Amino acid sequence: MLVESLPSSARVRQDDLALRRHTHLSDEALVALVARGDESALGELYDRVGRVAYGIAYRVLRDDRLAEDAVQEGFLAAWRSATAFRADRAKASTWIVTLVHRRAVDIVRREERRRAEPLESESRPDPPDPSGSAEDAAWLGFERDRVQAALRALPDTQRESIELAYYGGYSQAELAERLGVPLGTIKSRMFAGLARLRELLDEAESEGSWTPRLTS
Amino acid sequence: MDAETHELIAGYALDALDEGDRARAKEVLASSEEAREELRSLTEAAATMATATAGPAPSTGLRDRILDAARAEPQNVVSLEERRRSRLLPVLGIAAAVAACAALALGLWGASVSSNLDDARSALARERAAAAVLAQPTSEASLTGARGRLVVGDDGRAVLVVSDVPPVPTGKTYQVWVIDDGRPVSGGLFAPGNGTLAIPVDGTVGNGSVVAVTVEDDGGASAPTGKPVIASAPVSLS
Repeated sequence: MLVESLPSSARVRQDDLALRRHTHLSDEALVALVARGDESALGELYDRVGRVAYGIAYRVLRDDRLAEDAVQEGFLAAWRSATAFRADRAKASTWIVTLVHRRAVDIVRREERRRAEPLESESRPDPPDPSGSAEDAAWLGFERDRVQAALRALPDTQRESIELAYYGGYSQAELAERLGVPLGTIKSRMFAGLARLRELLDEAESEGSWTPRLTS
Repeated sequence: MDAETHELIAGYALDALDEGDRARAKEVLASSEEAREELRSLTEAAATMATATAGPAPSTGLRDRILDAARAEPQNVVSLEERRRSRLLPVLGIAAAVAACAALALGLWGASVSSNLDDARSALARERAAAAVLAQPTSEASLTGARGRLVVGDDGRAVLVVSDVPPVPTGKTYQVWVIDDGRPVSGGLFAPGNGTLAIPVDGTVGNGSVVAVTVEDDGGASAPTGKPVIASAPVSLS
């Protein structure tokens, strides 16, 4: 049989393709299936959110092994606690990215592995990703431009505080110390920056040409 | 909401809070729908920053590793319930809660875990808070894995009331976790004991919170290292 001649990883893919009844479901419906122990629904969520989740974990950790650990722990946290997911509190994709980000921050604080400088590759085109379609890659590139433009539009001190927090894993107190700025100033910059980012993203969305979703 | 609350929630959305501030944020979130809505939209904005990153792709084996690990790991509440359903006894009634109050008044629980005066003092404060919750519960959630229930007071403080918790190996302790949106936060340690224990849960619970118990090394862990042995149904506050 053809299947038997394939390497085992390809065979798994084929099995998954046979189970591709989930592709039409919303992210939130997938989480409901995951809560009932549906592994293929977890796989579909990984296909949709895994790339972005790995991107942020790698941005925080700068190490592929640790980043994969954070992604795996985050998805397993989703697997374990899907019954507690509430769609009125967050989009499913946001929930998973948040779980992975939290794990990455925990690891970076534990490992004292802090890198605040931007990734060298950030201004370059994406390296080819064998797991995603060209359409996915195009959408991700599009989304990245939009968010980077919004970040650039922030006042420097606000952008600095939210980027060091979200990408660097620094706590407010650590940032105050590192930047030599009062803690209260850091807190207010962080809120002002994130609230302004929210506004800018909303404006970009209401211009109509964007898909306001984390996943395609 | 005042400026301080806005700032606290923004820090929470960015995962930029220390432990103390995190606990404070959770208290605010447990009691304010407005705060939860603010967190929802700020978290969307923060998570969008994840898409602004570029870097290498994960290895192609990661997907399979995650699915294998999921397969090997029974899920929190559902699987635990299935595994333990046959052993489930009827949950405790009001009478047991009253008995737990009596045990608290006698200081049995505090004495059993306290080795010095400071511990005894803080145990006493915890007992008083627990007694207040048990005296006027606003919500209860059933447990799987142990006989008992989770009793919640109107300010989101909770008490885990459990019976006949089996001993743990030397060097191990029970640790309570409050799980919100899949994030476990320690709710304190407790020692096993005979009879009914009323264990005050550190921090607060909100709608949808699950309280679970794991066995950890003495001194506790910063995150659960094993599967829960006891888990509550999601808390429903209305």
